[in-house]
Amino acid sequence: MARPRSRFESGSVAWFLQRVTAVVLLFVLAFHFLWLHFVNHAADVTLWGSALRMDQLVYFIGMVVFLVTAVYHALNGIYNALLNWGLSGRARQVSFWVFAVVGVVAIVQGIRIAFAMAGVVTQ
Amino acid sequence: MCGMGASFDRGLIEDFGRWRTFSAGMWAWVLHKVTGWVLAGYLFAHLAVLSTAIPASSNPEAIAANADLYTRTIQGLEGILLVRVLEIGLLAAAVFHMVNGIRLLLVDLGIGLERQAEGFYVSIVVTVLVTLVSVPVFLPPEVVPF
Repeated sequence: MARPRSRFESGSVAWFLQRVTAVVLLFVLAFHFLWLHFVNHAADVTLWGSALRMDQLVYFIGMVVFLVTAVYHALNGIYNALLNWGLSGRARQVSFWVFAVVGVVAIVQGIRIAFAMAGVVTQ
Repeated sequence: MCGMGASFDRGLIEDFGRWRTFSAGMWAWVLHKVTGWVLAGYLFAHLAVLSTAIPASSNPEAIAANADLYTRTIQGLEGILLVRVLEIGLLAAAVFHMVNGIRLLLVDLGIGLERQAEGFYVSIVVTVLVTLVSVPVFLPPEVVPF
C-alpha cells in the first residue's frame, strides 16, 4: 500500500471538524462581508453602531459562532499544514498545546469584545 | 509509473519547488494554503483592533461624540489608502478560499471528481469578479468617484 499522501488524515475528528466549520464559515463569512463591507462600510464604523448590532441576541450569537468556528478553522488548518510539512514527535506535541492555548485565549478575548460592545447600549 | 499496490516516493508533500509541473488541482491546493495563512494571520490582527472596544466601552461621552478609542482606531486605519487596498486583497483571498473550499467539499463528497479542474477555474473567475465589484465599494470616494 502506498502511504497516505497527507498526515491530515481523511476521516479523523480534526478532518471532519475542519469541514463542519468550513460549511458554517461559508455562511457567516458571506454575511459578514455583505453586511459590514457592502451594505454598511468599514470606514463608517463607530462603537455605537457596532454596539447596536451586538445588542441584538441573534447577531451576538452569530458573532460568537463566527468567532469560535473561525479560530478553530484557522488554527486547525495551520496545525495540519505543519503536520504535512513533517512536524512530529515532541515538536508536534508542544505545537498542539500552543495552538490549543492560543485558540482558547483568542475565543475568550473575542467574547470579551462582544460583551464590551453589547454593554455599551445597556449602559 | 508505479505498479499495482507498489509504494513509491512522491517526494516532500510541501514541495513548492515543483511548481513548473503543477496541474490545476495543485495550483488550487497552493492558493488554498496561501490564502488560508493570510486569513488566519488577519483574524488575529482583526481581534487585536476590535479589542479597542473593551477600554473604549467605559467612556460614554466619547462614544456619543464618535471619538472613542475603537471608532478612532478603525476610522484612522480606514483613512489610510494602503489599508483600503489591502482590504481588497483580503476580500480576494477570502472569496477564493470560500469558493475553492466549496470545490474541496464537493471533492470530499465524491461529487464532480472528473470536473475538479474546471472547479478551480470557476474559483478564479468568481474571485476576480467579486474583487472587481469590491473596488468601488472598498476604495474611498475621492479615489473612485462612482
